[in-house]
Amino acid sequence: MKGLKLITAALVACALAIPAWAEVKIKEVTSPGGITAWLVEDHSIPFTALELRFRGGTSLDAPGKRGAIYLMSGLLEEGAGELMAQDYAKALEALAASFSYNTSNDTASISARFLSENRDQAIALLRDTIHQPRFDQVAVDRVRGQVLSGLRSDAKDPNDIAGRAFAAMAYGDHPYGSDGKGTIDSVTALSRQDIIDAHAAVFAKDRLYVGAVGDIDADQLGALLDTLLGDLPDSGATIPGPAKVTITGGITVIDFDTPQSVALFGQIGIDRDDPDFFAAYVMNQILGGGSFKSRLMHEVREKRGLTYGVYSYLVPRDLAAVYMGSVASANDKVAEAVQVIRDEWLRMVTHGVTEKELQDAKTYLTGAYPLRFDGNGPIASIMVGMQVQGLPINYIATRNDKVNAVTLEDVNQLAAELMEPEGLHFTVVGRPVGLETSN
Amino acid sequence: MIRRIAWASALISTSWAAAAIAGEELVSSFTLGNGMQVVVVEDHRAPVVQHMVWYRAGSADEPKGQSGVAHYLEHLLFKATENLESGEISATVAANGGKDNAFTSHDYTAYYQRIASDRLELMMSMESDRMVNIRLTERDIETEREVILEERNQRTDNNPRALFREQSQAVQYHNHRYGVPIIGWRHEMETLDMEDALSFYGTYYAPNNAILVVSGDVDPDEVNRLAEQYYGVIPANPDLPERLRTEEPPQTAARRLTFKDARVAQPYVQRSYLAPERDSGAQEQAAALFLLAELLGGGTTSYLANALQFDQQTAVYTGAFYSGMSLDDTTFSFLIVPSEGVSLQEAEDALDQTYAAFLEDGVDADQLDRIKLQLRASEIYARDNVDGIANRYGRALTSGLTVEDVQAWPDILQAVTAEQIIAIAKQVLQPEVSVTGWLMRDEEVTQ
Repeated sequence: MKGLKLITAALVACALAIPAWAEVKIKEVTSPGGITAWLVEDHSIPFTALELRFRGGTSLDAPGKRGAIYLMSGLLEEGAGELMAQDYAKALEALAASFSYNTSNDTASISARFLSENRDQAIALLRDTIHQPRFDQVAVDRVRGQVLSGLRSDAKDPNDIAGRAFAAMAYGDHPYGSDGKGTIDSVTALSRQDIIDAHAAVFAKDRLYVGAVGDIDADQLGALLDTLLGDLPDSGATIPGPAKVTITGGITVIDFDTPQSVALFGQIGIDRDDPDFFAAYVMNQILGGGSFKSRLMHEVREKRGLTYGVYSYLVPRDLAAVYMGSVASANDKVAEAVQVIRDEWLRMVTHGVTEKELQDAKTYLTGAYPLRFDGNGPIASIMVGMQVQGLPINYIATRNDKVNAVTLEDVNQLAAELMEPEGLHFTVVGRPVGLETSN
Repeated sequence: MIRRIAWASALISTSWAAAAIAGEELVSSFTLGNGMQVVVVEDHRAPVVQHMVWYRAGSADEPKGQSGVAHYLEHLLFKATENLESGEISATVAANGGKDNAFTSHDYTAYYQRIASDRLELMMSMESDRMVNIRLTERDIETEREVILEERNQRTDNNPRALFREQSQAVQYHNHRYGVPIIGWRHEMETLDMEDALSFYGTYYAPNNAILVVSGDVDPDEVNRLAEQYYGVIPANPDLPERLRTEEPPQTAARRLTFKDARVAQPYVQRSYLAPERDSGAQEQAAALFLLAELLGGGTTSYLANALQFDQQTAVYTGAFYSGMSLDDTTFSFLIVPSEGVSLQEAEDALDQTYAAFLEDGVDADQLDRIKLQLRASEIYARDNVDGIANRYGRALTSGLTVEDVQAWPDILQAVTAEQIIAIAKQVLQPEVSVTGWLMRDEEVTQ
């Protein structure tokens, strides 16, 4: 192992010269019917990943109908057209295709994967799913039972308890202030008509984004888009306006009998299209961005053994931006963990970051970026995310330049402006020793 | 000697897709002079590599009284070595734009990095160093012990379902180390020290007990050259112990447990049976058990879901599980989460009746065909994630299987008959060798 140091040093020295990555060649495709999609052709494996995303998500729930869109999304796999739930599932199995459905605060998405061999049949089935879901009453009741079971579990999970409490504090009556899964009461009261209305609210052309990756060419994709999506209505429900973020500094303790306290913390954040977003992104990487080297991991875990994991993350949603973090620590240690996090928040304002920290964060972020493009499904999902965020089609090629352009002055100025040690709020669920609600 | 394996041979020829990948060679394997096995899985679509070292040493190899030491050592291997400062491995990986981590199971411990493929040599230089040159301080020992105790808090003690699983596993295995949690029992974790960690390290961390698994944009010949240079020079451990674990005695009584916790929101019933695992050269029984689990509880169209979730609506969720990748006897298990208003006893009775009806009805030929078709397709989808294929080899080779066994598995699955499935069900799922657990709310009264 004598030569080890030398090799390490030599390779680290050239680390800034990140290798020439295989280019992700994105093509914009517009179908004859006028639907636009981004496509990466790759014919090496005979299947295609297709990602559809509709802006709005669970924030489109009608007043008093919280949880309708989440439940509707869970019902999409419960039968379509002439096929009731189990016959539908058998048809999907016989094609060896998979369709999955997800909702978030901002989007509803459909992720499909199908073999080239039977692509037309798979698309015909997916078309029925989107246009003619059955929403049979028996299925509504069965899936409602599953959702209610999940909600009862959430109510006794310290992570979910913290998440709900923090959201309510941060966003108040805005849809962001409550869980898109709904409540026991709201979900219990949903009718079949509410589900049909939720479907009409979500799936429309004016909010649709499409990505496709794999064994399909532009012409084939164009035809597919018209078959699958051409008959969607032009418009759906109105997307709500921005949320007012109402986080104030302090601590909320929620009593829950469990050995380890779970804490969520956060303050007002920064928008994705803010000119300083990349400076904030780099700063967060240094503070708590998930690597073993982050300041929070170093101070809370490596030096003091107070936790298994502590993280911070920017949450720039469509309608509000917050800056969040999380930690879990034994009840008799969590107060110290909270204090160390507060100290780090303050240190970021008063001392900023060092040139070495900045360089390390940049090499990590720019080097790790290409690792995300590791499969047809992930690439399709990233491409759709770019469209939803309004990023240009050549963004992938320019993204690392934006990271590298961030200067020490940018980060430290941004840190002084963004970081609010006094405005940081901790929501702690457990039996924390030495912490009390204060604000 | 590098041996490339034609991928197409692992697939039953089907009308679709097989033709498109015939002739392509994906997996290579060879063994270094010191006994270290190497598996390479190629994918040249992006210039990324995953570099992993798997040790045939997991929590079931720990000495009695030191539960958790395998996982504790895994944490400590991110500290200093004779050549690297504490944290330098992760820092170097990050500074080269990569990600690294490690994981421990009953039968293995594995370390990995994902990074640009031209950084493979750097990864090997550091990983081979950590195989033999660990350098720990008392402060590392103390601080990291606090970290693993917090990890236990987070994974297990804060989660009644995890506590229930831990107890169920302890009831299932009376005499085998699979009955002891991977993270460790808290009272034993609290006593782990430098000597325990170094003893486990000295015993098991050696090239003749390790498997190198590299996947991504690499050339097998180049991997071979680098592996010889970095790992090939480390001497084999001549005193490597054989992996002989105490075995389970014959189970002669059905076992039951009830776990109550105020944090339980959704009670459920879990039932498990000791079951044979995949054995090298003899995977047929395991294949039949795998398909049995799919038929009974593999999703919406499964027998249990059909009867209990759709027809009777006594359950909001049902499942059947079998994991054949295991060095010693594994388990076959059922889970039933009752619908609102259905008691655990009613749920358990419904499960028993439904399983009895399944044996009476026999295997639905169409359902078996659909499952086999999906298994064939899964081999195509798997090629989109070669790291997943690499993990498959790592787990197999640390669980007593060979490269040939992994290659043979898809064909063996396709060859299983309905009769074999019913036969293995009758052999393995016997009431007198079952373990039945009820997870309950604290206030709930047993009927």
